[in-house]
Amino acid sequence: MVGISSFGGYVPRYRMNRMLVFGSMGWLNPVIITNARGEKAVANFDEDSITMAVAAGMDCLKGVARDSIGAVYFATSTAPFKERQNANLVAGALGARDEIRSADFGGSLKAGTSALLSALEFAAANEGEKAVVCAADCRLGKMASTQEMVFGDSGASVMVGGDDVIAEYKGSFSVAHDFVDHLRGANTKYDRMWEERWIRDVGYGSFIPQAIKGLCEKHGLNPAEFDKVVYPCYYGGARKKIDGMLGVEGDKVQDDMLATVGDSGAAHPLLMLSAALETAQPGQKILLVSYGSGCDAMWFEVTDNISKVQDGRGVSRWLARRADLDNYQKYLVWRGMAPPELGIRGETDKETRWSLIWRDHKAILGLVGEKCKACGTQQFPPRRMCANPECGVVDEMEPVYLADKGGKVFTYTGDMLAASLSPPAVYGTVSFNGGGRTVMDFTDCAVDDLAVGNPLDFSFRLKFYDPKRDITNYFWKAIPAVEEVK
Amino acid sequence: MATGIRDKVCILGMGCTKFGERWDMSAGDLMIDALRDALEDAGLEKKDLQAAWLGVHIDEVNIGKGGTYAGMNLHLPLIPVTRVENFCASGTEAFRGAAYGVASGAYDIALAIGVEKLKDTGYGGLPDSPAFGQEMIFLGPNATAPGLFAQLATAYAAKFNLPMERVKEAITHVSWKSHQNGAKNPRAHLRKAVSKEQIMGSPMVAYPLGLFDCCGVSDGSAAAIVTTPEIAKKLKPNDPLVKAKALQISVSSGEEAMFDKWDGAGVITTQTAARRAYEEAGIKDPRKEISMMEVHDCFSITELVTMEDLGISPPGGAPDDVLNGFFDLDGQVPCQPDGGLKCFGHPIGASGLRMIFEMYNQLLGRWPEDRAVKNPKFGLTHNLGGIPNGNVASVAIFGVD
Repeated sequence: MVGISSFGGYVPRYRMNRMLVFGSMGWLNPVIITNARGEKAVANFDEDSITMAVAAGMDCLKGVARDSIGAVYFATSTAPFKERQNANLVAGALGARDEIRSADFGGSLKAGTSALLSALEFAAANEGEKAVVCAADCRLGKMASTQEMVFGDSGASVMVGGDDVIAEYKGSFSVAHDFVDHLRGANTKYDRMWEERWIRDVGYGSFIPQAIKGLCEKHGLNPAEFDKVVYPCYYGGARKKIDGMLGVEGDKVQDDMLATVGDSGAAHPLLMLSAALETAQPGQKILLVSYGSGCDAMWFEVTDNISKVQDGRGVSRWLARRADLDNYQKYLVWRGMAPPELGIRGETDKETRWSLIWRDHKAILGLVGEKCKACGTQQFPPRRMCANPECGVVDEMEPVYLADKGGKVFTYTGDMLAASLSPPAVYGTVSFNGGGRTVMDFTDCAVDDLAVGNPLDFSFRLKFYDPKRDITNYFWKAIPAVEEVK
Repeated sequence: MATGIRDKVCILGMGCTKFGERWDMSAGDLMIDALRDALEDAGLEKKDLQAAWLGVHIDEVNIGKGGTYAGMNLHLPLIPVTRVENFCASGTEAFRGAAYGVASGAYDIALAIGVEKLKDTGYGGLPDSPAFGQEMIFLGPNATAPGLFAQLATAYAAKFNLPMERVKEAITHVSWKSHQNGAKNPRAHLRKAVSKEQIMGSPMVAYPLGLFDCCGVSDGSAAAIVTTPEIAKKLKPNDPLVKAKALQISVSSGEEAMFDKWDGAGVITTQTAARRAYEEAGIKDPRKEISMMEVHDCFSITELVTMEDLGISPPGGAPDDVLNGFFDLDGQVPCQPDGGLKCFGHPIGASGLRMIFEMYNQLLGRWPEDRAVKNPKFGLTHNLGGIPNGNVASVAIFGVD
């Protein structure tokens, strides 16, 4: 038996009320008022699909020995790199071994479930070896577009394998259509869409039922048997129709999180699945369907193990950790839709030295420090010589994955002089739990949120973007420990 | 057995340009003035110089690398010119090189000259540069100097359990005092006395440091000509001689950056260099024996913790000393009688030599009454370059016979 053994979610801290978008852009396209309910989650200036996938993955892998992971799959339609496997950045950040299978899934919004199916098949073919799927999306609509109103940013993660299964994988059915409702070409930043009534009725309205019908016929099921039905569809009317067709209602229909997050693309089915698993009960049957260039439908049966992972992981705590993005211009700047003046410091040319990056890749991607075998001193960044002035031995270090260890504020400041898309640039010296210190950036907080000694978590973030060479660089930043966030 | 530098080197002459936004002057132009004044003061000519050390920090956006810029712009007579760079201690390093050159007997007369042309970089503040190497572009924070030094304030307040308002009150006095002194100094960059309200209310640069907690960014050059006491007595038989009593440098071991012992509320290298300098100079009780100081007040908080790191104030005692006027021009140990980095300005490579220039002239009693330190015996200079977590500190002590 293989199935899901853990799950995780991530919603960025900033939420933008859709009325703010309407208030800013309604003059151009008044019809966007029809989608102006609730709020959308907006990635911080230093977040993208890779960082949100990592955040969800970290949530999912709480307590999981990283050495036990055999595959890391990353799904998104907004991958930062066309050549340079994005999944390897995710795997490195999660602290996975080098000897794993890794793959990017993209090209459609069903990429998240395609990755999940591949992961399940990997586990089944490899005696239940663990595979982690991390999905995230950060899609853009033009100013005053329907997409801008509807889309939100998030990440979701699922671990599958043969041990400690919380939801047994029972089967799947897929359909593939070159149905172009939404489109982005290889060089296009913003989503394009065809007429909405066509998308609603022919797209969502017929393909999702087609996939579910196929699944039920294949497995001798009645859709009404499902205790939880999870599928994305941002058309309320179409959802009602599909639910009616399936014979499900009320609690059985998983909330689409449109009012709190928005449609987060390839991540969305897995985000909704993670939310469903937070409260799932043993014995329940879960139906998961994705949508985009066709559909993947699959079903799971929840096991008695579920309570072991219902420990606060998932989407809820990230949904609770929120701050209003009360400024539409900030959103435009953060998403690269409007050019800000950052001064001369914002123009510094920082060339990426790939051989250096490779030599340091464990430290950069995984915040991997080390522990001295002679004196036990933990330290970062990795160095051949022990930092303990009483020790100083050479080449006696073993690696330590620090990304999930947390730390404490040793010093901090908020710097108005440093070029930042979210000034002041907050940073300071962090003491790692278990020993060692480093000076690093803080994010998702203001200076007033900090005090010496406060607990911190680490979050994988975009460090800087090099526009000259189209390279996004990543590293870890400190955030106020999430449980502590008011 | 090493015996140190005490009483082995004399300053024959010094020069220092006006620091400031010298838009009409190149680095070479500034050095010409500093060298001319130093030669005139020493009563020497260029042909008497046997070796030179050039202190300059920033290279590619300044004068480039090596010693050629100084040799070729000053038309030095084909002598060795050694460029030294050690962050903000570069000027003091140039002096140390020249001092060791004459103390070793390798040369009779040597030149130390420092320069920095910061106002061609286009930056307010210091230009961004990978000062800690390429690796730190990927592992270090998106930071500037004010923020990195502001860390001292949060750690200091935490260590001594002080409200930040108390720290702010003390560092406001630090800047206020330097403005009082700088206003009287024709060579200083910033020559306006400002009120404590103005300082306290200035825009935040990096919490808790406001604009007036940060030093000036300036162009300037300073120079010293050194020799041995024996030669100096021959050249200036009737003049009092200013001698180096101690020249110490301490560089971080990496402990502050990576290990858990450092308290973050002071600078280990300053403490170390000071301890060694007092020993070299034979000073037992610096609070009583040091007559005056020019310290590295790149930021007001740096000056505050430096008072403790130098052993002048007891641990946790700097705010009281500062607010009691201990370091004011008419206090027990005047600090920054020339206005300090805060007001005299901070052309990095010249700053160490500018501090020595002030001590030298104070020790010789050359300044007008309104900014003279009374009967000075020992003058101390201090530089701190880098960041609190990893840096170089210099402490030098001068005395007059």
